[in-house]
Amino acid sequence: MSAVANELASSQGVSRREFLLRLQAMGGLLLVAHGLRIAKAAPPDPPKYGAEGMPHGTVDNPLVFLSVGDDGWVTIVVHRSEMGQGVRTGMALIVADELDADWTKVRVQQAPADEEKYGNQDTDGSRSTRHFIEPMRRCGAAARMMLEQAAASTWRVPAAEVRAVNHEVVHQKTGRKLSYGALAKQAAKLPVPPREALRLKTPEEFRYLGKGGVPLADGHDIVTGKAQYGIDPWFKDMSFAVIARSPVLGGSVKQFDGTAAAAAPGVQKVLQMPETVATAKFHILAGVAVIANSTGAAIAGRKLLKIEWADGANGSYDSDAYHAALHESARQPGKVVRESGNVDTAFQSSAKSIEAEYYIPHIGHATMEPPAAVARIVNGKCEVWAPTQAPQVTREDVAKHLGITPENVTVHVTLLGGGFGRKSKPDFATEAALLSQAMEGRPVKVTWTREDDLHHDFLHTVSVEYLKAGVTADGKVNAWLHRSVAPSLATIFDPSINHEVPAELGMGFINMPYDIPNLRLENPEASAHCRIGWFRSVSNIPHAFAIQSFVSELAASANKNHRDYLLELIGPARKIDPRSQQDSWNHGESPERYPVDTGRLRHVVETVTQEAGWGNARAPGRGQGLAAHYSFLSYSAAVVEVDIDEQGRIKIPRVDVAFDCGPQVNLERIRSQLEGAVIMGLSLAMFGEITFKRGRSQQDNFHQYRVTRMNEAPSDIRVHLIPATDWSIPLGGVGEPGVPPIAPALCNAVFAATGKRIRRLPIKDQARRST
Amino acid sequence: MELHINDQTVSISAEPTLPLLWVLRDLLGMTGTKYGCGMALCGACTVLIDGQALRSCVLPIDQAAGKKITTIEGIGAMPVGAALQGAWQEINVPQCGYCQAGQIMSAFALLQAKPNPSDADIDAAMSGNICRCGTYTRIRAAIKQAANQGGKT
Repeated sequence: MSAVANELASSQGVSRREFLLRLQAMGGLLLVAHGLRIAKAAPPDPPKYGAEGMPHGTVDNPLVFLSVGDDGWVTIVVHRSEMGQGVRTGMALIVADELDADWTKVRVQQAPADEEKYGNQDTDGSRSTRHFIEPMRRCGAAARMMLEQAAASTWRVPAAEVRAVNHEVVHQKTGRKLSYGALAKQAAKLPVPPREALRLKTPEEFRYLGKGGVPLADGHDIVTGKAQYGIDPWFKDMSFAVIARSPVLGGSVKQFDGTAAAAAPGVQKVLQMPETVATAKFHILAGVAVIANSTGAAIAGRKLLKIEWADGANGSYDSDAYHAALHESARQPGKVVRESGNVDTAFQSSAKSIEAEYYIPHIGHATMEPPAAVARIVNGKCEVWAPTQAPQVTREDVAKHLGITPENVTVHVTLLGGGFGRKSKPDFATEAALLSQAMEGRPVKVTWTREDDLHHDFLHTVSVEYLKAGVTADGKVNAWLHRSVAPSLATIFDPSINHEVPAELGMGFINMPYDIPNLRLENPEASAHCRIGWFRSVSNIPHAFAIQSFVSELAASANKNHRDYLLELIGPARKIDPRSQQDSWNHGESPERYPVDTGRLRHVVETVTQEAGWGNARAPGRGQGLAAHYSFLSYSAAVVEVDIDEQGRIKIPRVDVAFDCGPQVNLERIRSQLEGAVIMGLSLAMFGEITFKRGRSQQDNFHQYRVTRMNEAPSDIRVHLIPATDWSIPLGGVGEPGVPPIAPALCNAVFAATGKRIRRLPIKDQARRST
Repeated sequence: MELHINDQTVSISAEPTLPLLWVLRDLLGMTGTKYGCGMALCGACTVLIDGQALRSCVLPIDQAAGKKITTIEGIGAMPVGAALQGAWQEINVPQCGYCQAGQIMSAFALLQAKPNPSDADIDAAMSGNICRCGTYTRIRAAIKQAANQGGKT
């Protein structure tokens, strides 16, 4: 049973059940729930893994997910949220392939929030494709067989003699053909074949999966300005709102004067936001809303508000002081989360020991579309349009805040102008619903300005990672001590949590796969003073940065080639049971089905170094850096090349990535996700930092929170996909695992080029020469 | 106040200091032009004013009155705009797509000034447009492809 469950259950004032409800939103923490159930009742339920371990599991009814019109158009319903990862294309492609549909006659329709109908809709954790490939294949296959049966009945021939081929059913003996459109009505009257009767395609029969060359479902709408994001719904009678929120987490409005704001041009109403509802998963922040006839007028009106805030307990939060406190914690023993052999005696027998400490600050998501949503209420029923990664949670949270049932809330899921985890937390949709209620139900659009976004984000955690290795005379690691200190994202559900939860520990920390005889991993306490949430790749970012930087330091200390040293540390190809690493989480997947495969990790290292020309002579100021990381059940390695001038300015001419996610559904989107992961990894490594003074975020806009721009981006990104040997290998994630290796590979490249170690992100000017 | 947007004339009543972005999006319902920062730092709101790429989030409406305003909804009517939109789709540039309207508007202005831009030209013209998804290598490729077509579709 998980120690975290104990901690949760013993916390004051909140019931176990309530904790579990809140933690469900984090999907990956469901093992906590299993742990509790095991503790309370016997016999225990067998653990559920993958999609079946998520709230509402999966649905594979073709009548829910697809329809064929008389005109031949196939409409495929996609129930996961599109935020650039290509799920509207990829998920539809899976159905279309089994259906043997012509992709040019396929339409995609977005499902509203309704998990009982569609299965789980939480679009995070890099799991949409791996969780739904099988149900979606069954949907397509069942519909294909219904069309075949309809044709066979028409021709009065055995179903075995007909075959669906590219939007037609063909009778092979006679060459007769009927289009899907012509068969649609008759097929719809047939019973859906049971799962055990389905004939799924063999991989050789795939028309689209793993083939590439499929254009984006939304490409045309995006380039013509027709695509609808959550910030875009528009009604003639709608109002536009912005909110001044408490600058400090947990703060409140002591008093405010809205007279001047209310008198500003276009302003319709000024009001204090209602108190949040305790049982909601994601709380809104205290604040004052300004509602106007345009967002611009609301922003201008907001500047005239006079608000006195009560800051509360987090009003002294200072990120520099906090860094110092984390540093102190990392020098003290902490909770042991994994141990094997005896580190203490091994250190005594080591020829030398090497230690280093790494720091990654808070990082903001900064989705290009800031949080925004529209709501209206008619006859007690609320409609919400939101760019949400968590449709069902949005529906439930809005219902709770309005005091109505979820059945009376419809959540239309729009396109997301970037998500990266921020839009899993739909506080912005709740705000829109509450303000519509305050405006007698008329449509209200809430827009977060960029300043709002950077001041009130659910930030990536801040982390100090301390590592110490004992090394033998020939440079081999025989002892490894790693302390990871970081406030947990679970603190948004329970502020008293002061250790990383299993989902965080299992992100590249305790499931570190190196072949080291003596190791101890510790997690000292840390408390949170701002909203912490999941940011693309989550805790893998600090864990990979520290471990992959440290391995480079060890290799340099031993005067060995980093690549060879890393491969030796990974050790021989083997499959590691995550339970043997004390990893109870394993991304929510079965430990038997998804072991950690060091052979695949070795292979991405070997591939990326070979493709990138690792070890070739380079001009002065140039250098390559390497890093590899296993996350979200996929294996990723990167080589970053830097070109650093006399002043220490960093250019990044080229990045190579090797990636193994098992079988690949939509090659083109996998490549684009990895290209994007490179840019996001470089952004956070070079510039990414949110700092706090007096409890307040110090970054207002993109001039202070820098992200990589065109002139700073590598012009050459080469993605090397490892083909799966076999479609029986379970799928890994794609959206997130490309990010973690980028920052350490960049810093290792800076070391190769200059001899300077970067242990604190962001890099900013650290490579500059002092003159 | 009269505005000339995409070869149409519309009448609006608004404060003269209201940024053009909110006139387009909130008063006229033309939501293809996006908000990203409100400080001319990210380029999501880029439109053409008499052919020049400007950030509509900081452009008071009275400075746009009487001028020729072109938005993403109207750019496809011009050969270079259509070529850019075509190249963007062929190369599958967008990820989330939110910034791409602004990217295409900036690329249009670039190709008007420099029909065959160098990499340095592309850097100079496009570095004011942020893409958080990181589609820069594909944007560069799409601009070059559209340039090679010379505005022919």
